[in-house]
Amino acid sequence: MPVLELPDYRTQSPAVADRFAKLRERPVVLEATHLGKVFDGANGPIEALHDINFTVRRREFVTVIGASGCGKSTLVRILAGLDHQTSGDLLLDGKPITAPGPDRGMVFQGYTLFPWLTVRQNVMFGLRMKGESKHSAKNDADMWVDIVDLKAFADHYPHQLSGGMKQRVAIARALANQPRVLLMDEPFGALDAQTRSAMQTYLLQIWKNVDVTIVFITHDLDEAILLADRVLVLEPRPGRVAELIEVPVPRPRSAEQMLSPEFLATRRRLDDLIHPKTAVAVERPHVFRMTVVGDDVE
Amino acid sequence: MPHAPWLAVRRPLPARRALPLKAVAFLIPVVLWCVVSYVPAVWHPQRLITDAGGSENFSTDQRLDAASFEEEQAKLTAAHQPLMTATKVNPIFLPAPHEVGRALYTAFTTPPARKGSPWLYERIEHSILILFEAFALACVIAVPLGLICGTFDFFSKLIEPFIDFMRYLPAPAFGALMIAIFSLNDQPKIAVIFIGLFFNMLLVTANTTRTLDPALLEAAQTLGASRKRLVFNVVVPGVLPMLYTDLRIALGFGWVYLTIAETIGEMSGITEFINQQGKFRNYPNVFTGIIVLGVLGFITDQFLGYMGTILFPWHSRRKKSTWLKTLTSRITVGRPHSGFESATPHAAVLQAEAVDARA
Repeated sequence: MPVLELPDYRTQSPAVADRFAKLRERPVVLEATHLGKVFDGANGPIEALHDINFTVRRREFVTVIGASGCGKSTLVRILAGLDHQTSGDLLLDGKPITAPGPDRGMVFQGYTLFPWLTVRQNVMFGLRMKGESKHSAKNDADMWVDIVDLKAFADHYPHQLSGGMKQRVAIARALANQPRVLLMDEPFGALDAQTRSAMQTYLLQIWKNVDVTIVFITHDLDEAILLADRVLVLEPRPGRVAELIEVPVPRPRSAEQMLSPEFLATRRRLDDLIHPKTAVAVERPHVFRMTVVGDDVE
Repeated sequence: MPHAPWLAVRRPLPARRALPLKAVAFLIPVVLWCVVSYVPAVWHPQRLITDAGGSENFSTDQRLDAASFEEEQAKLTAAHQPLMTATKVNPIFLPAPHEVGRALYTAFTTPPARKGSPWLYERIEHSILILFEAFALACVIAVPLGLICGTFDFFSKLIEPFIDFMRYLPAPAFGALMIAIFSLNDQPKIAVIFIGLFFNMLLVTANTTRTLDPALLEAAQTLGASRKRLVFNVVVPGVLPMLYTDLRIALGFGWVYLTIAETIGEMSGITEFINQQGKFRNYPNVFTGIIVLGVLGFITDQFLGYMGTILFPWHSRRKKSTWLKTLTSRITVGRPHSGFESATPHAAVLQAEAVDARA
């Protein structure tokens, strides 16, 4: 069967190559060297992450992708300071990360808005923790609520919002603190396809206008390519870097680009990395033929 | 939906159907009571003698069971004595609704039999005061301690094991000890109710605190919340609605302990009224006392439930309390779901989505 002829995912158009060259000159924000994490399991230690190395530069958008159990969430939790690595170093602006802090905002997969606070109060939370006065926190919060297009819902409680709206508030709440890095752990995983696509567009728009570096965890290949400058592909058991791919799709991005040759080439490469052909063949279950209806037209 | 079935598995009925059913719930026992009281064929196992006739064993106004009555009548017939006349009645401990109704009114309007003893409304005031003092005292001490235990494992391990043991000691057993300590006033009664409520309240508060979704704490940490802020700006507001429900249920238990506490030392309050009237075999008044207790408990609970919806507008209505779980088993202290997200979307969400789509 003829398959579409695709370019190599490593060939970049001059514009894209130029962009990556400039990107490499920006200062490093996040730096992981020989990062490892071992959990104490019931049956001995379990290595979740093994020798992870990468750097993220200022205002870069990096997505982390991998099969389930590859340690994506562990990695982002360590970046947030909610977990701690057992070996290696993790630096934010040259300083080691030891605990959670407002310089690393986080958006979780589950909805973590404070149910007892309104949308505006949720966005004010981080600002108030920083010691900002109520008045100035409110002004800032209103600006961020406006940025995520929820002005009309500022006084609503989270339980009155849809899933997509909740995640927009969560993004506004994290960004209001003006973090150096925005960590996102499968933030759109629980949303339906249309909402998810709208949220991706939203996020790219926000990222374009705000000075923030984003590390975005996902298991959706299209999402990983559409959003990212670079895709960090993890392999499971133990979680380690399979490849760090520079996405050759030019910016600004839109959903139409998902059918462009560069996109599809990258997509195929990710597919090969995450679902190796041999593994699929071995795991395919044996199925009995239980029908012949419709066989004549097959 | 006019054709929706009345009996659908796990489907809530519309208010139009639910409200009359709730009324019927109260009507059923009242109707049953009326039937038993006013239809002699249903029960009426005793005979109230209106005229003793030639009987030497019984006199007018005496109650006896049907078999003894027939036996005496047979004897009288054999002895050619005039027969007794009697009406069929229920045992004295089951007065008819109208008798209880009348007693409900007269109990409040009748001055106390002995000079200096309290009117019924004064007894009710006294009972309520004792209960609320004990309840408030238990809340003020148990809730902060429970919050601390639920928040910091250190205090959980330090405090809870002994409390867990203490809660198995029945509060009334402390009566004698409390009288020795506090002498014969209200204090021993307050102390017994306090003991009944305090230990369970502490453990329930700790368990409820532990049901808070840990993701909320993590989110707060990534927003820069310090440990102190985590406790006061996340844990406390996060568990407050559930805690409120827990305390509401605790107050319900409080009424039980009240009736026990009031028999300790000097009997007092509404329990004394019930016991006194029982001794006088004035059962309509006994029912009055019981009904007053029930109505007080029911009204306070309904009122507090209504207040809860006003105090915590963000909280979903169908929230399960951890009381039952705590009382039945403390073996599994897991990490239950936050419960803040309900499975079916809130009507307001659908509305919000519609508005959002238009915008």
